[in-house]
Amino acid sequence: MVKYLGKRIFYIVLTLFIVTTVTFFLMKFMPGTPLTNQAKLTPEQIHQIYKQYGLDKPLWYQYLAYLGGALHGNFGTSFQFSDQPVSYLIGTRIGPSLQLGAQAMVLGTIIGIIIGAVGAVKKDTWVDTTATIVSILGISIPSFVLAVLLQYYLGLKLKMFPIADWQGFAYTVLPTLALAAAPLAETARFMRTEMVDVLSSDYIELAKAKGLNKMGIIYHHALRNSLIPIVTIIGPLAVNIMTGSMVVENIFSIPGIGEQFVKSVLTNDYPTIMGLTIMYSFMLCVVILITDILYGVIDPRIRINK
Amino acid sequence: MADNPKQLSADDFRLVTDEDKKNLDSEKITAPSLTFIQDSWRRLKKNKAAMISLVLIVILFLLAFTSGFWQPHNPNDANPNLANLPPKIPGIDINGFNGTLNQGGTRVDAYAQAGVGKSVHFLMGTDYLGRDLFSRILYGTRISLTIALVASFFDLTVGVIYGIVSGWKGGRIDNFMQRFIEIMLSIPYIVIMVLLILVLKPGMSAIILAIAITSWINMARLVRAQTLELKNQEFILAARTLGESPLKIAFKHLLPNLTSVIIINMMFTIPTAIFNEAFLSYIGIGISAPQASLGTLINDGQKNFQFLPYQMWYPAIVLVILMIAFNLLGDGLRDAFDPKSRE
Repeated sequence: MVKYLGKRIFYIVLTLFIVTTVTFFLMKFMPGTPLTNQAKLTPEQIHQIYKQYGLDKPLWYQYLAYLGGALHGNFGTSFQFSDQPVSYLIGTRIGPSLQLGAQAMVLGTIIGIIIGAVGAVKKDTWVDTTATIVSILGISIPSFVLAVLLQYYLGLKLKMFPIADWQGFAYTVLPTLALAAAPLAETARFMRTEMVDVLSSDYIELAKAKGLNKMGIIYHHALRNSLIPIVTIIGPLAVNIMTGSMVVENIFSIPGIGEQFVKSVLTNDYPTIMGLTIMYSFMLCVVILITDILYGVIDPRIRINK
Repeated sequence: MADNPKQLSADDFRLVTDEDKKNLDSEKITAPSLTFIQDSWRRLKKNKAAMISLVLIVILFLLAFTSGFWQPHNPNDANPNLANLPPKIPGIDINGFNGTLNQGGTRVDAYAQAGVGKSVHFLMGTDYLGRDLFSRILYGTRISLTIALVASFFDLTVGVIYGIVSGWKGGRIDNFMQRFIEIMLSIPYIVIMVLLILVLKPGMSAIILAIAITSWINMARLVRAQTLELKNQEFILAARTLGESPLKIAFKHLLPNLTSVIIINMMFTIPTAIFNEAFLSYIGIGISAPQASLGTLINDGQKNFQFLPYQMWYPAIVLVILMIAFNLLGDGLRDAFDPKSRE
């Protein structure tokens, strides 16, 4: 187990190193400079600004300096908000994003599991059809459309929830719903297939033959065994939520890293884009590692060190 | 009696004569033998949702790619006098489709206000610059469908080749190729796409390249897994023993057995690619103005959603229909090609 963990953490570090390197050089090849539109600056002033940001040094020096800084959690200074370190920017903004992401993940998977399980148990009835329609719609309606519709109808028309901003739990409801739709649909679809499979297996037949009551079979045997593979889709669901958060946070003006990423992209704020890219990869690596470990813990048949 | 084949009367039966016995061959298979594709097609035809989706996709393809010849207006023709006109469909007098707008509680004929003749119609209204929304949606659909074609092309080429090579070669090459995929998978793909588009300047070619780099990964993994399984089966071993070249084995033995995996996975790559293009255009780094994409149309429409809801509804509905159709067709194809997964 320790050996396995060590190997995995080594790969995560390697991945982050490659991500850092590739983004660094991509950003250097970016057309234009942050000062392109500032035609009024004299060459001396430009030189001075370059010096302040360390842009006058050779490329390899900048790269090593960036790597060294990144190891200490220093990702440079934002171009957009002068004097704000990127790490500070990320630090203050990651809270809302993590909260929203976690809420959407929990809500989405739990409701998805219920819908999928009910659909499988009531296979080929109207309940199943409804569950299928819900999951197809959830997969097909983009989060940015759903977010606008929720904001307008539940927020503006019915005044059930605040329209935007970030001041407490009530403000998280609509963005969480918008983010949870895709994971919900994905989980429901996966769960239904899995559960149908399990329900037709021999040990379920045996349990039925022994005369166990239906709820007992579903709860003790079918549900538990169908839940195991769900763990494998948590990684892709996390990607889904990260993608969604970029637009959903924007629509509900939530001060999170998704909103910051889009803003930085639109204003060519390279240091922030780089810092956030590394941050996103790091979060995804951690999620994948946790799910892999969980998988081994939940299902003893899967031995980690095989 | 005769028109109901299920009910048989006593007259329909007679004893088998010796003459019949000579002509009868109990070993003969009388039903026509079906190839794999024919058999799957037969199963797909039974799936109503998938067939409707297929027809819908074909219709959308035809409409979007021929729209240059018959579209009512030029999608990029701006005319400030015609800005924000609501939908008007000739012959239909229902609020919402008759060119009237709700202004302060009363319905006003926006077309009369703008001073346009009775013969002018905008089936889905106009946007804030007076461009015909219907023509723009058709153009945006064309972009989405182009993206679909591009994504499936890279799935079929890069994804399949990568998967087969990785699975077939095994050993160190396979290990290296899998590590590469793992690294790609540990960066959210949308971040990769955004970075690439920033470097290449936003536009159609940047989106196509971004999709080329990110869309094939799932296909490569599935094809590799399947190749690993097939590799040790007898017919492949026989081909190898007989000295068949690896290239020929790949084309003659591996590919036909991979067809179902490839087609099913391709059908799920397409909606993802369509979503990604709309997403990137929506946040403002995809297709650039004045060209239209469903994503940019939704973004434009959303700003006026409170007063002119049709400007967002129409492009959103078209996008959702596209996604639903491809998803349902994908589901149908999975059931048709892999009947085991169904029960």
